Amino acid sequence: MLLLAFDTATPAITVALHDGTHVLAESTTVDARRTGELLAPGITAVLTAAGRKPGELTGVAVGVGPGPFTGLRVGLVTARALGDALGIPIHGVCTLDVVAYQTKTEEPFAVATDARRKEVYWAQYTDRFTRSTEPDVAHPSLISERLTGLPVAGEGAVLYPEAFPKAIGPRHPSAGALAELTIRRLQSDPDSLMFPEPLYLRRPDAVEPGTRKRVSTS
Amino acid sequence: MTALKDSPLVLGFETSCDETGVGIVRGNTLLADAVASSVDEHARFGGVVPEVASRAHLEAMVPTVQRALADAGVTLADIDAIAVTAGPGLAGALLVGAAAAKAYALALDKPIYGVNHLAAHICVDQLEHGPLPEGCVAMLVSGGHSSLLFVPDVTGDVQPLGQTIDDAAGEAFDKVARVLGLGFPGGPLIDKAAREGDPEAIAFPRGLTGPRDAPLDFSFSGLKTSVARWVERRERAGEKIPLADVAASFQEAVVDVLTRKAILACKENGADHLLIGGGVAANSRLRVLAEERATKAGIRVRVPRPNLCTDNGAMVAALGSELVRRGRAPSHLDFPSDSSQSVVDVVVR
Repeated sequence: MLLLAFDTATPAITVALHDGTHVLAESTTVDARRTGELLAPGITAVLTAAGRKPGELTGVAVGVGPGPFTGLRVGLVTARALGDALGIPIHGVCTLDVVAYQTKTEEPFAVATDARRKEVYWAQYTDRFTRSTEPDVAHPSLISERLTGLPVAGEGAVLYPEAFPKAIGPRHPSAGALAELTIRRLQSDPDSLMFPEPLYLRRPDAVEPGTRKRVSTS
Repeated sequence: MTALKDSPLVLGFETSCDETGVGIVRGNTLLADAVASSVDEHARFGGVVPEVASRAHLEAMVPTVQRALADAGVTLADIDAIAVTAGPGLAGALLVGAAAAKAYALALDKPIYGVNHLAAHICVDQLEHGPLPEGCVAMLVSGGHSSLLFVPDVTGDVQPLGQTIDDAAGEAFDKVARVLGLGFPGGPLIDKAAREGDPEAIAFPRGLTGPRDAPLDFSFSGLKTSVARWVERRERAGEKIPLADVAASFQEAVVDVLTRKAILACKENGADHLLIGGGVAANSRLRVLAEERATKAGIRVRVPRPNLCTDNGAMVAALGSELVRRGRAPSHLDFPSDSSQSVVDVVVR
């Protein structure tokens, strides 16, 4: 097995290569404005570091968000194009699940990532493998009431300490963890791996025009 | 190697607006021109909504590549090089095409060219009318652009002569179509309505044609407002709007200015060929008037067929093919998409 994993649903552009036993190489850069520039070179970097070629890949795992749309799409279209070009399966994993998997926490907690516009993407977990709510987007203060002091992982906890006083790591997902989680699911629960459809959770900002605006002043 | 350089097989991607275009050319021969448009999703908003366009690009990308390969009867393994629009265009939309093209280039280990959308609109005519003459003038008119360019070398020397200072020509068609209640996109609807009308019925203003105005720049915002005022005045008076005459007179005002300035640009630069591209180049009256005025001035007009004038992937592949043949250096995998890319930057490295 040679699994390429990456996630672009947060400011971290993270890429890893996994052989089924170990993470062979990992590359992470935090720069949300340059996802389109950093992802492809990140992929060649991990392949080169591990001395492997694209043709040796047996699968691709990609974080499907939720996350800011533009960066998220870079990851998803890259995964779909690689899958098509190499004729290999592509697996989608909820980005919040990756952060949850990285917490190493045994007690219930939540994950919150930055959704911009003073909101977070979030979900609740009973343990690091088990999500108990559907991913959603909301204002931190509204979630805070429901969480009643639970620990919160992800950048949302760092950005909104008043709403989430009990911040735990990690801040961003890591592609090494995404690869590990994907391999676990391939072995235990392959149905939980989805075709990579983006979790936008918001509709496009667009308003249907009303009556025509007049240009005459009278 | 010589064979590859003479007639490379190039896969081109275009996602600068609402068309997901994937084209395949071999040298100057068009093999496939697959386009998936999200225009119907934008119609109810009266214009292209960038986020709606970007979402549609993601969903259409791989199916459109597969359709282009099937149409061309080639496989990805046959491809020699990849080209993609790096800009200008809608930022989020450009990124989807660039990321896809980079992934294909990386997987296939082929060179990638991040190219200029406007240069691609010029180069596409090589697929239809053969190599570009040295030093032609190009007029690119669409919903996003209205430019006059002098083109000594489409792979590296494209010089801006003039452009719109406000609305693009196609944008004016969309806005006037809305005023007239015709729908979106406005270009074909106004073209059709105008056929029954009198182009001299109403004397709408010709923007930037005064003695002190920039001779090769355009302005269509005032014209649009003038049409709206004219219509509103009649509506207030309870009069019926002569749709065909308004459409014909508006269209005449646009194409009169476009062709007049294009001929002037040719004369000033000693160019004996005028190339017209972009969605507005599909306008029937523009084609007729350009031909008429160019013939009088001893200038030859080249206009690709309508589906090569609007945004498509074949035009990007055509430019990629020319870049390979001229031995131009490809882009690096980290090249940026640039929503406001200048026309002088033909390739982003």
